[in-house]
Amino acid sequence: MKVEIEIRNLNFYYGGSVPVLKNINLQIYKNKVTALIGPSGCGKTTLLRCINRIHDLYPGNRYEGEIIFGGRNILAKDVDLIELRSRIGMVFQKPTPFPMSIFDNVAYGLRLKGIKNKKILQEKVEKALREAALWDEVKDKLHQSALSLSGGQQQRLCIARAIAVEPEVLLFDEPTSALDPISTGKIEDLIIQLKDKITIVIVTHNMQQAARISDFTAFMYLGELIEVGPTEKIFTNPEKKLTEDYVTGRFG
Amino acid sequence: MIKRRKIINQIALFICFLTAVWGLFWLFFILFDVVRHGLTALTPSLILNDPAPPGVSGGGLKHAILGHTLITITATLIGVPIGILGGTFLAEYGRNWAFSRIISFLADIMVSVPAIIVGAFVYALFVKPIGHFSGFAGALALAFIMIPVIVRTTENMLSLIPWTLREAAFALGAPYYKVIFQIVYRGAGMGIFTGIILAIARVTGEAAPLLFTSFNNAFTSYNLREPLASLTVTIFQYAMGPYEDWHRQAWGASFLITLFILGLTLVGRYLIKRRFKH
Amino acid sequence: MATFKREYLFNSLFLAITALSSFLVIALLLGIFLVLLKESLPAFQRFGFLGFILSSSWDPVKENFGGAIPLFGTLVTSFFALILAIPIALGIAIFITEVAPKSLREPIGMAIELLAAIPSIIYGMWGLFTLAPIQSKYIEPFLQKTLGSLPYFGKLFSGTPLGIDIFTASLILSIMIIPFTASVARDAFQLVPPVLKESAYGVGATKWEVIKDVVIPYCKLGILGGIGLSLGRALGETMAVAFVLGNLNQFPSSLFSATATVTVKLANEFTEADKDIHLASLFYLALLLFIMSFTILAIAKYFIQRTGTK
Repeated sequence: MKVEIEIRNLNFYYGGSVPVLKNINLQIYKNKVTALIGPSGCGKTTLLRCINRIHDLYPGNRYEGEIIFGGRNILAKDVDLIELRSRIGMVFQKPTPFPMSIFDNVAYGLRLKGIKNKKILQEKVEKALREAALWDEVKDKLHQSALSLSGGQQQRLCIARAIAVEPEVLLFDEPTSALDPISTGKIEDLIIQLKDKITIVIVTHNMQQAARISDFTAFMYLGELIEVGPTEKIFTNPEKKLTEDYVTGRFG
Repeated sequence: MIKRRKIINQIALFICFLTAVWGLFWLFFILFDVVRHGLTALTPSLILNDPAPPGVSGGGLKHAILGHTLITITATLIGVPIGILGGTFLAEYGRNWAFSRIISFLADIMVSVPAIIVGAFVYALFVKPIGHFSGFAGALALAFIMIPVIVRTTENMLSLIPWTLREAAFALGAPYYKVIFQIVYRGAGMGIFTGIILAIARVTGEAAPLLFTSFNNAFTSYNLREPLASLTVTIFQYAMGPYEDWHRQAWGASFLITLFILGLTLVGRYLIKRRFKH
Repeated sequence: MATFKREYLFNSLFLAITALSSFLVIALLLGIFLVLLKESLPAFQRFGFLGFILSSSWDPVKENFGGAIPLFGTLVTSFFALILAIPIALGIAIFITEVAPKSLREPIGMAIELLAAIPSIIYGMWGLFTLAPIQSKYIEPFLQKTLGSLPYFGKLFSGTPLGIDIFTASLILSIMIIPFTASVARDAFQLVPPVLKESAYGVGATKWEVIKDVVIPYCKLGILGGIGLSLGRALGETMAVAFVLGNLNQFPSSLFSATATVTVKLANEFTEADKDIHLASLFYLALLLFIMSFTILAIAKYFIQRTGTK
């Protein structure tokens, strides 16, 4: 098993002197699904957002430590964020379709990279929509507004949009918490299929979801990484008591 | 005791009803008057003819209509881009900067500053040094009035776009300016357009800032470097003059202006309401 | 990789353009203030501050100018306009938010807003050709006969009712400024937490008592802000007043006198002032008006911001 991302001694500050993430050490394995779980406020989403440095949008945030990806530390100041984010994609909690057609949504990232050839765009868009299990539902209305889709379809559209640029890593921030059970099921199936080609990190507060789809699970509490390991072990035979209390539902 | 309170309640609320009647009464009275006088004055010659010498009948407002249109279009071309760009800074790049709040606050005040003072300002800068009035100076004065209005409406409309939408674009590797052009402007487009419509409606009715910038012109001219006639200043001149024919034309001009402005305002308001239904 | 560098360049360029455009707003404000200051300097040096605002002479021939009358006229017309407008505006706000049936609220609200959309020159036309004659023939003589016979207060209604006077001007102004207070008050009323009103109803208060004792005190700041906006608008209004005030340089002796305001003086004399000191005095008046209205608007907007309404 190869390590895709290595997080070393990561501390993160939201602009104060008290770290919100404390000394995180975590390895994300290639072509596997790693779930980040923990009670509200434990820092799992904060950690996820460090990986594509989306925190940089807001002044005052500060990283300490390293995240090694592609042979270098992506927390360094001279890293090209635009290039980084074409290799590490993100899907958000609420579906975020852009105010344009379905086709233009999926093609957006491709156009950013400079791809203008119509044929290539059409091929890649169709490929992404097929991989996102959305193609059959939208193939006849590619040029209609993305806002006309249902919630579950919009989220799959966002996934298609993210995978169209063929990223190496895909980060999911509670992608199904705003969706109904059927859409949730479709997206979970999607994630299991995607991992063959893409490394996936998913934040979820739904433990059953983590148990269903992830290979590795990391449990966090109050900004610290308490325990990480193969999902089956974390849920059936955890080493720390805190982990056991959480997965058995005693708190959180 | 309770009965007395109930009576007071009825009376007080009835008085509130009467205040609404008072307000609506004047609105309809004024509009009715404008229509009544204006319709009788509205003849094709009013719009198509050049002005006649004082005291001679048969003149028209062609010079004022053309001049006013030229001035307003120029003002819009100057004021709208600057206003949108300024509002974009306040809502996007500058959104975390404390000074942006101050700029926003000051722009808000500028919206209500007396228009005649803007006229005096442009006079000192662009009329006195050059030595003569010009349509361009008038357009500048109107643009200076439009800019704060459009800055504020643009800022408000852009702020309504949720942040997650921008984050999703960033997460795909888009630089900020592309996020603004391709995502934020597209989403806020209708709102910004409405702001522009309302700003145009506002400046079209202004007379004071044109009084000493574009001044007036007895002849039809297309030259922005000369003084230009405008409908509003012409209304002022004709209404204060002694000729019945002039008064009639002033009412015709008033009718045209009111129709245009109220029409734009209602369209703008309707567009705002439709946007929020989404 | 080169494309990524180009993106950063474009981004910085766009940031610079938008930043400069927003700074233009500040530049405009400062520019107006400085230009007015510079142009009025000769008058300030000749007449001073107190000397100017307390002198009532306005003599282009003798080159002696004082701003007392136009300043007084501005304040008086605005003051009377406020007295007429505020109760009406509050009444309208109450009517729209608490009394009117739900379906009528939007249309009535929009209709009142239209009063603010009508250009001031239209108010002027209507005032000159329709209202002034009615004032002169019916309303003013009527008021003179009834209220004019009261002691002290009656003096307000003396003089020849020609229709071109403070009363007509203030009346028109008051109609124009109703929407500013009405819409701010309306927004403020709608922000009152429902639980507050419910607890008052719960102890058996009538609707009017809830409005009087809970809603209005809660919205004090907002209402004051709205009044400030109306006042700011009234101080700077030109065309509506220019048609019906007369631009006479005399102190008004009653509501039926003609007089002058700063804006009307500027509108009438600016293009005809051929002596430098005349123009400088006009700029001096403009500067004073600018400072007055800016200050009032700033305070009003601050109040409104504090209440959390738009």
